[in-house]
Amino acid sequence: MLTQSMIYSLSGVTLFSIGLWGLISVPQILKKIMAVNMMGMGVFMVLVASAERPGVVDPVPHAMVLTGIVVAVAGTALALALVCKIHALNGVQGDNEDD
Amino acid sequence: MTDVVSPSTLMPALVGIPLIAAVVSILLPRTRLGDISHIFFASLQLTIAVCLGLSLLTKDSSAVYRYALGGWQAPLGIDLALDGFSAIMLLLTAILCLVLTIYSMFFFRVPGDTKRFWPLWWLLFTGLNALFLAADAFNIFVALELISLSAVSLVAVEGTRAALIAALRYLFVSLLGSVCYLLGVALIYRSYGLLDLSSLSQVILPGAVSWCALALISLGLLLKTALLPLHFWLPSTHGSASPPVSAVLSALVVKASFYLLARYWLDVLYPATTGMALQLLGVLGACAIMWGSYQALQARRLKYLVAYSTVAQLGYLFLLFPLVTNAGPGMGFSSAAFQAVGYFIVAHGLAKAAMFLAVGNIKQGMGHDNIDQLKGIAASHPLSVFTFAIAGASLIGLPPSGGFIAKWLLLNAAIEQTQWLWVFVIVVGGLGAALYVFRVLSIAFDNSGAPIKPEAAHNDVPARVMAGCGVALAVLVMLWGFSAQWGLDLLLEGTGSRVQQLAAGVTI
Repeated sequence: MLTQSMIYSLSGVTLFSIGLWGLISVPQILKKIMAVNMMGMGVFMVLVASAERPGVVDPVPHAMVLTGIVVAVAGTALALALVCKIHALNGVQGDNEDD
Repeated sequence: MTDVVSPSTLMPALVGIPLIAAVVSILLPRTRLGDISHIFFASLQLTIAVCLGLSLLTKDSSAVYRYALGGWQAPLGIDLALDGFSAIMLLLTAILCLVLTIYSMFFFRVPGDTKRFWPLWWLLFTGLNALFLAADAFNIFVALELISLSAVSLVAVEGTRAALIAALRYLFVSLLGSVCYLLGVALIYRSYGLLDLSSLSQVILPGAVSWCALALISLGLLLKTALLPLHFWLPSTHGSASPPVSAVLSALVVKASFYLLARYWLDVLYPATTGMALQLLGVLGACAIMWGSYQALQARRLKYLVAYSTVAQLGYLFLLFPLVTNAGPGMGFSSAAFQAVGYFIVAHGLAKAAMFLAVGNIKQGMGHDNIDQLKGIAASHPLSVFTFAIAGASLIGLPPSGGFIAKWLLLNAAIEQTQWLWVFVIVVGGLGAALYVFRVLSIAFDNSGAPIKPEAAHNDVPARVMAGCGVALAVLVMLWGFSAQWGLDLLLEGTGSRVQQLAAGVTI
């Protein structure tokens, strides 16, 4: 039987896997950035779901997710800034930088 | 703690000092006062690290230091903890920070560079100190991210296209590693409701959850440690950053994630580990030694040679895992193999930092670092070539360097357990290092070609100080070879305490 928390966790793990697949297989940099964000969201969902304890709600995972979001925003901003810099140095084809 | 001036109250200062230094460096950009403040903060950090190390060495009991931030104890609060392993890492960090800060003051003389460099530089050390003191799985994640984001930005400060692309790739690898780590922590928290490492190590049971958590945490950290085959990002990143940044990346940042791997595999998640997995890490390490040495031998640019040498040298660290099999949770920390690897981390950190500084000086003096065109540089850059040679001797493992003692201890540990495969790997790895180091030295001392003309004057005061920083690190590598015993004692401090408790009858 699937509890609500289990459904959330499994969806989180699915999001994580889709993001991982995207990060490895998609060549476009912007999509890679989105893929990493998606992986992060998946982890946050697992964390939020783990807050469910019998009777009470555990506040600690929420605090962790808040911190995680801040870190994810900083990472995304840095990635976008780097892409812009490379794009400016490159002229046009900055979007197709593959690994 | 009833003692008001307990040494453990110094622990938060190690996180606070570089953080304050980062703010100050924004407020005082490129002034004489700014330079003085950098030296001041780096010295203060070193002093505190030495104090903590000394008090750990000289205290009677073998318990670890813990500090509850704001008076909130675990599990709700976030504790800081200090044992011998963290103390050694903090000492190495503080020493390298002081030498590399002095180097950077002379290397970054253009105001634009320094404005971006210094805050990031200090944030990186904030992250490193926080990581080595962290006693909490989530706090480690925060420290890891602080390190990644500032390290990536420091690579990008170099500003060339190659550096920016390397930085972007490094950022993706770091983010992927952090997210994997965080998912591992989330799985653990879901099942055990704990984040404090020492509490976790007492309740972890083998099972699907702890296996998945261990796999995810290890994948994340192995990416960051650049163990073969996950090393693909390292050479371009370490090869295209500026010299002090390359030095700190190779000497400290990759070791930080290794430090966590050792903690998780030997202690926190020990029940989830299997002998096969430990052997696999050792095999990957052995492959890294061979492949890294081979690539270093093939490298055409000196900086890439040193970067590939890092790939090879990181392989030795992973020989720790097959050599500590059959120990209990936390017992691995009192094994001979752990002492050897701890010693190795310091020896490699000092030697590799010295090497990157020497290469940076040569590159700045010559205007390039193409190995084939470096004939006769021993005449024009005697100090840097000397530094390179001493650091190289330590990487090869020649006496009396720190690298010699480290490899000797590692060989001893392998022979004691009659694991001859690892003995063979260590010996062949030393030969590989000898080949690439002597390849450079034979070109450096080759005077047959046309006399070289360095592009810039390399004998002014900054150049001399920068060469001196390299020599200072080379001397430290040698000293580390002579002062074996206190280092080994410090490594055992606290880390072996649980073992003593287990070996019944010993009173602490």
